[in-house]
Amino acid sequence: MTSALQLDDSGRLRHFLTIEGLDRVWLERIMDTAASFGSVAEQKVKKVPLLRGKTVVNLFFEPSTRTRTTFELAAKRLSADVLNINVAVSATTKGESLIDTVRNLEAMSVDMFVVRHGASGAAHFIARHVAPHISVINAGDGRHAHPTQAMLDMFTIRRHKPDFSSLIVTIVGDILHSRVARSQIHALNTLGVAEVRVVAPRTLLPVAVESLGVRACHDLDEGLEDADVVIMLRLQKERMQGALLPSEHEFFRCFGLTRQRLRRAKPDCLVMHPGPINRGVEIASEVADGGHSVILEQVGHGIAVRMAVMALTMGAVQG
Amino acid sequence: MKIALVNGRLLDPENETLNPGGVWIADGRIVSVGAAPADFTPERELDVRGAVIAPGLIDLSVHLREPGQEHKGTIASETAAAVKGGVTTLCSSPETDPVADTPAVIELVRERAQAAARAKLVPVGALTRNLDGESLSEMYALRQAGCRVVGNGTRPLRHSLVWRRALEYAATYDLIVFVRPLDEWLAAGGCVHEGAVATRLGLPGIPASAETVAVAQILALVEEIDTRVHFSCLSTRRAAAMIAAAGADGLPVSCDVAAHQLHLSEADVIGFDPMVHVMPPLRTAADRDGLRRAVAEGTVTAVCSDHQPHEADAKLDAFPDTAPGISALETLLSLMIELTAEGVFTLPQAVARLTLGPARVLGLSTGRLRPGVPADLCVFDPEASWRVGESHWRSRGRNTPFWGRTLKGRVRCTLVDGRVVYMDPE
Repeated sequence: MTSALQLDDSGRLRHFLTIEGLDRVWLERIMDTAASFGSVAEQKVKKVPLLRGKTVVNLFFEPSTRTRTTFELAAKRLSADVLNINVAVSATTKGESLIDTVRNLEAMSVDMFVVRHGASGAAHFIARHVAPHISVINAGDGRHAHPTQAMLDMFTIRRHKPDFSSLIVTIVGDILHSRVARSQIHALNTLGVAEVRVVAPRTLLPVAVESLGVRACHDLDEGLEDADVVIMLRLQKERMQGALLPSEHEFFRCFGLTRQRLRRAKPDCLVMHPGPINRGVEIASEVADGGHSVILEQVGHGIAVRMAVMALTMGAVQG
Repeated sequence: MKIALVNGRLLDPENETLNPGGVWIADGRIVSVGAAPADFTPERELDVRGAVIAPGLIDLSVHLREPGQEHKGTIASETAAAVKGGVTTLCSSPETDPVADTPAVIELVRERAQAAARAKLVPVGALTRNLDGESLSEMYALRQAGCRVVGNGTRPLRHSLVWRRALEYAATYDLIVFVRPLDEWLAAGGCVHEGAVATRLGLPGIPASAETVAVAQILALVEEIDTRVHFSCLSTRRAAAMIAAAGADGLPVSCDVAAHQLHLSEADVIGFDPMVHVMPPLRTAADRDGLRRAVAEGTVTAVCSDHQPHEADAKLDAFPDTAPGISALETLLSLMIELTAEGVFTLPQAVARLTLGPARVLGLSTGRLRPGVPADLCVFDPEASWRVGESHWRSRGRNTPFWGRTLKGRVRCTLVDGRVVYMDPE
């Protein structure tokens, strides 16, 4: 079980590595805790003292602006000290191994690692090898998982559509390479949605994708039919190489979300995107900036959700 | 030296039988099997007390790591591991540093193996120079240096024309070509089987077609040029079936699987344990079961260890960034015996795939319990168990997913050319 590592014997959340294996109660607890932090941003002094004296290390082996920034803000609003380490341009290019990087930082008495790494399983590896008092939060590992992103997406959906059991959620785009999609699928199914659909050409769907608990479609109109939530994924430019897709133009034509196509979905549907968006590649500006879009709201919720996950794994709030 | 092994159970891989008896040895060769020859006065008598006496195991795929990677293993350490596992002859991979593409490297490896005085070596020469996949190695010189087998290890050949010419040139000098079938383009970037587990874990997958495409390509070439080809370390049941069908059509091909492929499947990757990171990857349970059947039926004629010892650091990283491979010499026999307990095949069948099967691939006279052949023997107790772990572990690599497991099948004694090279310390 990939999740066995993150819960301790008494069922406390020690690390936050993947949604898989966490039950509905846990996912709701994270969202409830995030909701309780929602007001912090409105305070004059945007801080609570829950992690005062703790040191959080943002350990990023891949470039990231948004995720790293929201983790940093989340930690600061919990009064933690934050250390940002961008390893892509430091130690490993000098030949230091992942385990040595982790051990060196561990020796500086840190309390939490927020890890992003290009290899699936990297956060699990670190969690398995750190000292027992350190918590590890997965900020994205390879194509495997990006659980805080999935939780902020669930949090955003819940604010608009509190009853998950009736929802049809459609995820569109590069499912194959997406850790976000994998975590979203686990979260949506755990929260008991009516249906999760994934829409992509076959080159961008992993084999046996149905085994994750989704219905696969290759036609966007079919996938959008009566959807309550439409999640568009970012299409990386490099997918045009390696014979995965012929062109951005053809991708947009077949899988790009336009106002016209969105009419297939429910009239009150939500349009989401984990960002950063490629206008005119996976989503038309008229939709990204339109009335159905909650894309900017997602960003704001990212801070509250990450505060919740940090506070829960550090035992600063009751789980 | 005259030796008598008495009170044993004789495992005859040729007839796949198990009968009470002994083996009598003189001057490094078996002189009698079953009953004592007349006028034979042994200088040493070993009462094996009901243990099985079998030919020594022949392992078609072993990375000794020396020269060049002695931090992973040395010829001395790994041949000691071999004889502890009952292996008396092993094929050494050309993937050393420098690679085994010249008589000098072949000589060096052979001399060090002789100095270690454990298992016998069948050195696999490099098929291409520096294993670059582009230019042919000097195969005539390798043949002169005693190589009977050439191969490119885990390294790909550049394209199909290089394959064709390499097979033709090898055939000129009657060399057996070992092929690890994997299409590098279909496999590119992957580290696990492309299937439900890879999808779930987000690990880049290697489709089964990476193996079957490569097998189909080589079979088509063999059909034209009649080269003796042996496919090493299969992972898919489909590839095994393709090779069996080609063999039935009269092509000079054979194949083996690594013992771990008969035990593990993609499901074992859940949890990201780097110890199960192997190449070719662990496939589906259906592949594992299909390969088990193929071994039982004998269409897969040999089972190897695919021994790849590593230093601890090589496995201390995120799963895709770890080095693939298992230190497997010491568990080879036990893994096969475990499957006899599950009823997959009989003990004589299991041992035949470790002895007679590989002997036939290499054209060796050993692998049989027969008067006149070199006395390479493995004496083991199939019911006795042992714990895979620190105590008595010989390989420099401790990278095995079976570490800590208790396995059946304990080697009591190993002989090479009638000389005791391993004796169970307990």
